[in-house]
Amino acid sequence: MIQMEYYLIISTLMFFIGIYGFITRKNMIAILISLELILNAVEINFAVFNRYLFPGHLEGMFFTIFGIAVTAAETAVALAIIINAYRCIGNIDIKNVSKMKE
Amino acid sequence: MDPIINLILFTCLGIAMLLLSVFAVSAKSLLRSAVYLLLVLICTAGLYLFLNYHFLAAVQLSVYAGGVLILFIFAIFLTNSKDTLMEKHRLQKYAYGALAFIGGVAVTAFALMKHKFLYATDAGVEGDTEIDMKMIGETLMGTEKYQYLLPFEVLSILLLAAIIGGILIARKR
Repeated sequence: MIQMEYYLIISTLMFFIGIYGFITRKNMIAILISLELILNAVEINFAVFNRYLFPGHLEGMFFTIFGIAVTAAETAVALAIIINAYRCIGNIDIKNVSKMKE
Repeated sequence: MDPIINLILFTCLGIAMLLLSVFAVSAKSLLRSAVYLLLVLICTAGLYLFLNYHFLAAVQLSVYAGGVLILFIFAIFLTNSKDTLMEKHRLQKYAYGALAFIGGVAVTAFALMKHKFLYATDAGVEGDTEIDMKMIGETLMGTEKYQYLLPFEVLSILLLAAIIGGILIARKR
């Protein structure tokens, strides 16, 4: 039988790989991709806890579905902001974004 | 399915997922990074199938792998500057990243090994325990306890706001 801990190990490693990418990437879209990895790891955890600890309920599964929808909304707005920043400053490097304040 | 074959498949899927996530955060070109993310998301749908959440796997594939990834690829092409290869950070930044990774994994793994989970007696990962669509629909549309009409409607307003906000921010002046 597949133990619950196996899933949790995978999602933990994925979460911190996302954190690593979030710190080390410079491009804003690459940072957003790392963020997607982090959110994906969290959503795996919701589903796994639901299935292994409370299989009679559906809370974890619906949290995952709502989480996916919130992530989609967040990505759409973030990419719009990135495209706008590209129009203003010509590239999407994270260190140039402070120029948007002007 | 035979439990041993099941475990082997699960291990392959997990290893592939972790390798692809490493590639996704370390690929030189942005488009490659996005494609690796797509593969990670498809593997995640596979994990949901292992958990017998078939509806969740379908949602993951259609919303994430279908919708969000298209958005990413559009944005990558729209912001395609002359030097598509990314600049490097200083080495110090990579050290911070590795430190955060190792420290975080150590703390979480310690907590994970220390804690004994109270497994449910019928975890429902063996055999056919698919949740039928009628139950999902009723849970999503009901107003009683453990039913989710209000979050569902709030979420639709959030998505509408995201659409309007996205158009408003990204339109040409």
